[in-house]
Amino acid sequence: MSTKERKIGEIVAEHHRREGPLLPILHDVQAEFGCVDAESEALIAKGLNLSRADVHGVVSFYHDFHHEPDLRPVVQVCRAEACKARGVEQIIDQATAAAGDRVKVQTVYCLGLCSSGPSARVGDRLYARLDGPALAKIVENA
Amino acid sequence: MIIRISDDALARALGADEIADAFARKGHEVQRVSSWGMQWLEPLVEIDGKGFGPATLEDVDDILDGSSEIAIGVIAEHPFIAKQQRLTFARAGKTRPLSLEDYEATGGWRGLKRARQIGAEQILAEVTQSGLRGRGGAGFPAGIKWQTAAKAAGTQKYIVCNADEGDSGTFADRMLMEGDPYALIEGMAIAGEAIGADKGYVYVRSEYPDAIAKMERAIELSAGIVAPFELEVRVGAGAYVCGEETSLLDSLEGKRGEVRAKPPLPAIQGLFGKPTIINNVLTLAAVPHILAEGGASRYETLGLARSKGTMPIQLAGNIKYGGLYETAFGLTLGELVNAIGGGTESGRPIKAVQVGGPLGAYIHPDDFGIKFDYEEYTAADALIGHGGIVVFDDTVDMGAMARFAMEFCAAESCGKCTPCRIGAVRGVEVIDRILAGGRPADHVERMDVMHNAPRHGRSQEQEIELLTDLCETMKFGSLCALGGFTPFPVMSALKHWPEDFTGRASAEAEAAE
Repeated sequence: MSTKERKIGEIVAEHHRREGPLLPILHDVQAEFGCVDAESEALIAKGLNLSRADVHGVVSFYHDFHHEPDLRPVVQVCRAEACKARGVEQIIDQATAAAGDRVKVQTVYCLGLCSSGPSARVGDRLYARLDGPALAKIVENA
Repeated sequence: MIIRISDDALARALGADEIADAFARKGHEVQRVSSWGMQWLEPLVEIDGKGFGPATLEDVDDILDGSSEIAIGVIAEHPFIAKQQRLTFARAGKTRPLSLEDYEATGGWRGLKRARQIGAEQILAEVTQSGLRGRGGAGFPAGIKWQTAAKAAGTQKYIVCNADEGDSGTFADRMLMEGDPYALIEGMAIAGEAIGADKGYVYVRSEYPDAIAKMERAIELSAGIVAPFELEVRVGAGAYVCGEETSLLDSLEGKRGEVRAKPPLPAIQGLFGKPTIINNVLTLAAVPHILAEGGASRYETLGLARSKGTMPIQLAGNIKYGGLYETAFGLTLGELVNAIGGGTESGRPIKAVQVGGPLGAYIHPDDFGIKFDYEEYTAADALIGHGGIVVFDDTVDMGAMARFAMEFCAAESCGKCTPCRIGAVRGVEVIDRILAGGRPADHVERMDVMHNAPRHGRSQEQEIELLTDLCETMKFGSLCALGGFTPFPVMSALKHWPEDFTGRASAEAEAAE
């Protein structure tokens, strides 16, 4: 048994008694491996007695689950209406320039800091009232 | 000295943790409390009821020796706070979010205790009497929803809290979960008493890490008080559409978050096919107040026409005084954004205000007399939604905002119904063609066999007509509000600011000449 099989087995065992356990399992697998790939889908499907298509359908539906790992650090930048009203579109190019190929600048719609945008998130750390240089600095430090 | 600093996600995003540490290192007792909701002043430092904000690390010494220039005086007397009618957010700024002691000292659990004494029938009667309506956007009367679930047959029933607050410009759910989590727990426990449900889920979006942590901890700490009612937090996975109640239920069940056709109503066949109350955070958090002695009658007297009680309104976007403003229904939009919000932060004139999130209409300053009320907004082809207000100054390009509304719908559509899934994609294309001034005939239209096809392409007017048609189809043909309401921002932008759609192409043509 590979480490992956064992780990996914543990995650499934931890959640399988809950009602509707698939999303909590996928969150844990995504956190552990940085993605939910085809092998993981098959293992989860087996563990929950679902078809692989069922699991794949769920994985591909949600923005938070990825099919392939992306080892780059991620900076989420809100580009929804409230942050647009506060000028995120004028500073986003600076951020992507600072990111280059090293950092992934990901668009999200709303971090709930709508009176004080533009806002960004790295891991569980949030940032608000950003301007171009501040956002670029966050990207550089990511 | 006791220093009070909020541990709300916004305050923390602006450096509240570092400031709290700085005060603690100087030997002061720091209490992390909920946020008052004056977000332009965050991080707000409170000493003996007096406020200082927005504070930075450099302000710490000045605040302590009394020479600070960012003093705002007594917080509770600040006009932004003093003029509000806070019921749902009565504890905002005043209590430590996870302190059971603070919660109880400010009237916590009274609603639940009384609910347990008066029994299910009376709870349902009082919630109905209060006139409380769903605060998630649809405004459906909570009492009727609860009665339906109570009457539905079944031994297993559920209470589900919709905390998938995805609308841009809204943050009241987040603030409540982070600032007063026990109020939500108490509201859900009361709902459980009302319909005989012993299990509740709080579905929180994954973009709210602080709210998730606070709710989980609060549920642990209060488990003994609400028992035998049990609660669990479930974390969303980045799908906006899961804020739609039936899609949320499917997501909770571990499926793709696809919208269900109604009927059956969730109150009859909801989570796992069982009778379920699904309500927004603000709806459930309003319940403890309503269930307190005489609360329902007090709630009923507030507000306007059929919009009873108070609404936590969220002032956001390019606004000078942004934050949370809870008040009875009936204020005009002009009062909200100008008198209370202070106009734009940039100091430029307001061009448009979007009320109700990404699916809400853009309202022109000429229409600022509109009163905050469910029916009044519906009559104006707009919606109050979750109470978010986003202000834009005159630099905004409404053609681009209309395009973004369609783009957002295309990105977030669950894919179940065609008007939304395909309509949104076509919507982006049509708007692009309008902005480009129409299109020439394509190669198919130019073929000899195409006798009836127009040979001159499509003019801008024809494209606008097409967009109008498409919006009609989406509005009446979509299963849920995502496809059904996306036409609101698009058509309102087109109606009030047509020059932003037609102007670009003619300006470019002029420049070319």
